[in-house]
Amino acid sequence: MAYSEKVIDHYTNPRNIGTLDKSSSQVGTGLVGAPECGDVMRLQIQVGENGVIEEAKFKTFGCGSAIASSSLATEWLKGKTVDQALAIDNMEIVEELALPPVKIHCSVLAEDAIKAAINDYRVKNGMEPLELEKSHH
Amino acid sequence: MIQLPIYLDNNSTTKCDPRVFEAMTPFFLEDFGNAASKSHAFGWKAEEAVDYAREQIAKVIGANSKEIIITSGATESNNLALKGVYEMYAAKGNHFITVSTEHKAVLDACKHLEKLGAEVSYLPVGEDGLVTVEQIKAAIKPNTVLVSVMYANNELGVIQPIREIAALCKEHGVLFHTDATQAVGKIPVDVIADQIDLLSFTAHKMYGPKGVGALYVRRKNPRVKVTAQIDGGGHERGMRSGTLNVPGIVGFGKACEIALQEMESEGARLRVLRDKLENALLQLEESYLNGHKEHRLPHTTNISFKYVEGEGLMMGIKDVAVSSGSACTSASLEPSYVLKNLGLDDELAHSSIRFGLGRFTTEEEIDFTIKCVSDAVNKLRDMSPLWEMFKEGIDLKSIEWSEH
Repeated sequence: MAYSEKVIDHYTNPRNIGTLDKSSSQVGTGLVGAPECGDVMRLQIQVGENGVIEEAKFKTFGCGSAIASSSLATEWLKGKTVDQALAIDNMEIVEELALPPVKIHCSVLAEDAIKAAINDYRVKNGMEPLELEKSHH
Repeated sequence: MIQLPIYLDNNSTTKCDPRVFEAMTPFFLEDFGNAASKSHAFGWKAEEAVDYAREQIAKVIGANSKEIIITSGATESNNLALKGVYEMYAAKGNHFITVSTEHKAVLDACKHLEKLGAEVSYLPVGEDGLVTVEQIKAAIKPNTVLVSVMYANNELGVIQPIREIAALCKEHGVLFHTDATQAVGKIPVDVIADQIDLLSFTAHKMYGPKGVGALYVRRKNPRVKVTAQIDGGGHERGMRSGTLNVPGIVGFGKACEIALQEMESEGARLRVLRDKLENALLQLEESYLNGHKEHRLPHTTNISFKYVEGEGLMMGIKDVAVSSGSACTSASLEPSYVLKNLGLDDELAHSSIRFGLGRFTTEEEIDFTIKCVSDAVNKLRDMSPLWEMFKEGIDLKSIEWSEH
């Protein structure tokens, strides 16, 4: 199975690898997946006072598609408001990266990571966590 | 100058040796006869070539040419051995013994036989990948007909104690079959000294063509018979019908002849290169060798790079063709059952890479691979959240991971 050019680009030059201070109230951290399943994503957002995501970082253990999905997600998150970020759908990632069917779960994981990071941020700032649809993958 | 990509997946298949290819070519355009045609020179020539090749094939395992049944490959040989013995010896019993790390061609043939009424014991292996004679002994019952244990494992390269197991089977009057696909042509295999009753092997793992293999079926002490699984013109003494693949058989014969001549020097050369690769990669922090270190093929190594996912790693070393125990591409998301059977965590199984060296592997290629793999592992660890946690001293087992 050949990878798409965009997957290769994100894998070779991943955007926004790194770690934000998870104890900061401005930072939301989402850690999803499991080592025994072969992919774990950690996605972090730093939200400014105006509710806009000013920084996003990730680290991923997984295949090229998982790395590319999380790299792309951090790119999309920057500059969005939290509400706009919530609207990101995994199928947009599938489309952008031209992921084959067996790799759709990578995009689902990236969407889960975004939502988990937002919820962490909400809870830290005294908001109710959002009810998340249970994703099946 | 080294040519990229580098091929280090020789347990999967091997390049045809140019000498083999050359031996095969006349049998496509000139000597194209059917070896079963007895009435003209085309047929005689083909038959003669097959007879000669059969001698070469028999010799590499120390057998007589009359004991070689040509098949389409090791999968068919395994199926014929297991299903053929089950049918032929139904009156004697219905119990088979095999091992959980066998190739799917053996495991799935056994599953098929279970549906037909066979009773199959799948013995576990130790963390070194080996089964013991004691385990086999404990599993033998009065209705045991056949024990099937692979000679060398395809993922790990570990060599099972074949001679001891075969001797035990003889003692108990049980037939012994071995899937020797990975071993024949690489290490000395002798059906007489090893007391093997049935042995499967194939050409394309030993620099021969794809689509041709053989099943050795012992003719004396005891005389072993299998029920044909493919019926037709009664070829191969009735045990496997179908027009013989003459060019393939000629190539298989040549491949066996070369292997027999060069096995010793080639094995010694590859062992040095394999050890160089393995030692260098095991220098990387948190990398582990899978399988027994000593009882092993000289050209294979299987290493887990903890906190790095195998498929992601293979993408990072795209100039080196290898295979991984990670099954990220398969729908099941299940990593290698062989590695899981060693008792490895799924996580380590996902992080494993098999390197299979071969006749055409050079030292320059190994040096390139060491550099390439080391760089990729380091790069991927820098972006692995698990590596970061490990470095912070967090026990990954203490984290509640989300199921998916």
